[in-house]
Amino acid sequence: METPISDYQLNLVLTDLLEIYGYDFTAYAKASLKRRINRLYSLDRFPSFAEFRYKVRSDENYFNRFIEQVTVNVTEMFRDPLFYNALKTQVFPVLATYPFIRIWHAGCSTGEEVYSTAILLKEANLLHKSLLYATDINSEVVKKAATGVFPITHMQQYSENYRLAGGNGDFSQYYTAGYDHVLFSEELRKRMVFSTHNLVSDSSFNQFQLILCRNVLIYFEKDLQGRVFALFDESLDKLGYLALGSKETLKLFPMVSRFKQVGNEKIWRKID
Amino acid sequence: MAKDRLDGKCIVIGGSAGSLKIILYILSHLKQGFSIPIIIVLHRKSDAESTLTDVLNNSTHLKVKEAEDKEQIAPEIVYLAPADYHLLVEREHTFSLDASEKVNFSRPSIDVTFQTAAEAYGSGLIAIILSGANDDGTDGLKSVRKKKGITIAQDPKTASMYVMPQSAINHGLTDHVLPANEIAEFLNRI
Repeated sequence: METPISDYQLNLVLTDLLEIYGYDFTAYAKASLKRRINRLYSLDRFPSFAEFRYKVRSDENYFNRFIEQVTVNVTEMFRDPLFYNALKTQVFPVLATYPFIRIWHAGCSTGEEVYSTAILLKEANLLHKSLLYATDINSEVVKKAATGVFPITHMQQYSENYRLAGGNGDFSQYYTAGYDHVLFSEELRKRMVFSTHNLVSDSSFNQFQLILCRNVLIYFEKDLQGRVFALFDESLDKLGYLALGSKETLKLFPMVSRFKQVGNEKIWRKID
Repeated sequence: MAKDRLDGKCIVIGGSAGSLKIILYILSHLKQGFSIPIIIVLHRKSDAESTLTDVLNNSTHLKVKEAEDKEQIAPEIVYLAPADYHLLVEREHTFSLDASEKVNFSRPSIDVTFQTAAEAYGSGLIAIILSGANDDGTDGLKSVRKKKGITIAQDPKTASMYVMPQSAINHGLTDHVLPANEIAEFLNRI
């Protein structure tokens, strides 16, 4: 693929987004962001950069499409099953000691991982006293996540992931299958609260015992990663847990000294 | 070799089916003191990645490690793209990982790493495409060419899967077409 948009033009678009819509992408990792924007530019067959820029600036519906397409929404249920197994065996027994459990899935995309966590909470007999807050910068994916409807095509793989994660029931008990989609049960959905939230600009909105933010921070430059970690720190109860994606780490930041890694997965516990 | 000559250089190697033994050959034949950073993008299954790093480490005096998000690219190190992530090179010669859609049915995709490395290293980039069964890498080599980097394809006659290097050659994108031993010699002469 050619890369028709130059670094200079990229900066023009980023400035427009900030000035017109208040969305700040300037601290996103540039190579990845540029690739996503170039992909959209090619996909929508703009004849020139000027027309692309004009469309983003002047058409709010197109701006929404821009957010949808430029942010990465690849996800799956029980992504990295061994991570979910660690959550179940090493984190949930501690959460069980709380009278009420608040969990934040930051950057939840279309919600597959939120439903995964809810299923394991249900099996640990904790779902009834848990509330899962699920947020994303992208309002379209949040709406989709709230419906609990997913394509049936991936269910076989998700069922296998569920088994590897240590699920101890029959995965199909959690959904009703239609022709090409499945609907996850009301019992799971009623413990979830969906909302848009921008990790770059929005502040802390509650205190949590567990925050999951997986495969989001890789799209940020290091300084922004540090600012988001500060936001999580502020939003996390003492002795709460922070869970990251398999290639993300807290270890490059000074605050790591107040956290202790749990087992081999990317889970840290706030100890101070 | 003066150190400042190397500051702006980097080698990227893309391989798929049948390329592991070629990579092992090249790494094991690099001379003592070889210091240009090397980035390897190898199509493979998502599991068993630590063993691949071990296998490569045992083949060379250079240090082989998996590339980490935001890591600074340094001399005398061979970086391996992690399984199931695209590996991107930033302008400031650091890595970014990206878990977005597969490209050419592959994640990591050779095109993605080649394209971003071309932007970051320009004429200081040497891109090598090895054996493989699809045409991932061809678009990446276009970008390397455009930025005046050096492009090399494994001689398809010596490749167990000729499609990937042949695609690059058919598109007229290769400065050199070489068997494995000459690729190693070429790198040792830079």
